[in-house]
Amino acid sequence: MGSITLENVRKSFGSADIIQGASLEIEDGSFVVFVGPSGCGKTTLLRLIAGLEDVTSGQIRIDGADVTDVPPAKRGLSMVFQSYALYPHMSVRGNIAFGLKMAGMPKGEIDRKVEGAASILNLTPYLERKPRDLSGGQRQRVAIGRAIVREPKAFLFDEPLSNLDAALRVQMRQEVTRLQKQLATTAVYVTHDQVEAMTMADRIVVLNAGRIEQYGSPLELYEHPANLFVAGFIGSPKMNLIGREVAGQFGAATIGVRPEHITVARDGEGWEGTVGVAEHLGSDTFIYVDVPQVGTLTARTVGELGIRVGERVRLRPDQRRIHRFDTEGRALAA
Amino acid sequence: MARKVTGAKTAIWTAAAWLVGFIIFFPILWMMLTSFKTELDAFSTPPSFLFFHWTTENYATVQERSDYTLHAMNSIITAGGSTLIAMAIAIPAAWAMAFAPTKRTKDILLWMLSTKMMPAVGVLVPIYLIYRDFGLLDTRIGLIVVLCLGNLPIVIWMLFTYFKEIPKDILEAARMDGATITKELLFVLTPMALPGIASTLLLNVILAWNEAFWTLNLSTSAAAPLTTFIASYSSPEGLFWAKLSAASTLAIAPILILGWFSQKQLVRGLTFGAVK
Repeated sequence: MGSITLENVRKSFGSADIIQGASLEIEDGSFVVFVGPSGCGKTTLLRLIAGLEDVTSGQIRIDGADVTDVPPAKRGLSMVFQSYALYPHMSVRGNIAFGLKMAGMPKGEIDRKVEGAASILNLTPYLERKPRDLSGGQRQRVAIGRAIVREPKAFLFDEPLSNLDAALRVQMRQEVTRLQKQLATTAVYVTHDQVEAMTMADRIVVLNAGRIEQYGSPLELYEHPANLFVAGFIGSPKMNLIGREVAGQFGAATIGVRPEHITVARDGEGWEGTVGVAEHLGSDTFIYVDVPQVGTLTARTVGELGIRVGERVRLRPDQRRIHRFDTEGRALAA
Repeated sequence: MARKVTGAKTAIWTAAAWLVGFIIFFPILWMMLTSFKTELDAFSTPPSFLFFHWTTENYATVQERSDYTLHAMNSIITAGGSTLIAMAIAIPAAWAMAFAPTKRTKDILLWMLSTKMMPAVGVLVPIYLIYRDFGLLDTRIGLIVVLCLGNLPIVIWMLFTYFKEIPKDILEAARMDGATITKELLFVLTPMALPGIASTLLLNVILAWNEAFWTLNLSTSAAAPLTTFIASYSSPEGLFWAKLSAASTLAIAPILILGWFSQKQLVRGLTFGAVK
């Protein structure tokens, strides 16, 4: 079991309010990702759940029990740090076994569990090595091994993949997701990478300046962003946000259209503009079109589209996929 | 930046370095040489450097006249004991200051050091009276307490700088792994800080071993360490250079040997933090 409840949790450092009243319900067995720009408080929120920081006010409950004043060692959670934070003076075996030793488990059982965890993570040949003799990916695995071997109520991940190279990151991303599903243990995962958030999460918490902007499944966030911040943050390239008269025509203060929901044509209906920049990624082409009265719009088209810089094109937004926002930036009902 | 190093330059600098080294070592060498002279040779002008009548009689006399073993034992117990107690207090203190600092931590560190800014003699009378009233004069316990308190600020400072270098994440990982504070200190922090702790320990033993002000003032015979033993040879009977030298050589020998074998640790300790 491992459900986590935050109730109006606040955290201030001096006069700076880092977390301004976060309430959240994390269901047992779910994979929840905290995502947001740097400085939004996502790591602080994770550390509050871990108990590594004290809350200023509010309550944290794990499986219904109030743990607000319980030290980290007694919360039954395990954490994977961005820096891996392995014990440099212990072997891989010692690192993974440390938590079990602290719990006073008999030696035979520790060995059995450590070897089990090592085989899941392909670490068996490295058990007697020191962390300094391992590659980045292997260290990451040891850190994960240390977390899973204790069979915690929940895993806390603090940007665990940000030190790995791009290829390894994709591979580890899948491994972590697969492992979490296999163990069916609650996971809270902090990242600033929205691709990680979208691909790994059952539910995403979007944080901005210490506030929870939206909490929902990846597709909910993509299809129904609650406000301008979420609309701009989720999705790559960013959603086009258009204000002024054009938005007025739709009865909103601002409208948003995702680049992939714009059809590009040489003639016909739609906004007319000049192609300023075209980025060819092979599979896709992103074109940036300067439209008078509207601004620069991004459109995502197929890779083979033969459009060149300086050409005049027509942009047609998919009418059913236009997001409307009021003057406060909140989404208006469709 | 690379620069051209010629053979001649290297030779000159090497010679200069050896010269400086020799000058620094000279007093100790002179003391050792004097300890093998007769009292007459020890006084002669011009002094003879190597060609004198070599004798070990001073060592024999010193052994006869005073109980070297007792004083050496006292030095070992007081220097060792005060160091161990200081470490037991300083490790948790430095841990708290390095990993859970508050706004006042820097002030506390400076305030602790400020106790070393006053000459010790300033508090001699009150401490002497306190020791007299508590029956601590000329006891090993008394010396251990005063040496421990005297060196504590330096020990905490040194450990603090070492601990600062240890990533906080690793200690937090231990906490998440279910380690209590005692276990975190014992199984994670201490092994990681071992080089720093070792050099602090060593430096503190040397400081306590050579501490002469308090040991001379607060002990006379039963608890007197080697410093008192040396001082007893610059006595009212007049100066006996050769015997004083023999006593001094005997007194510094153990610490010299200890220092020699732990040179690497010591140098690391003294220059720690200067360059990464």
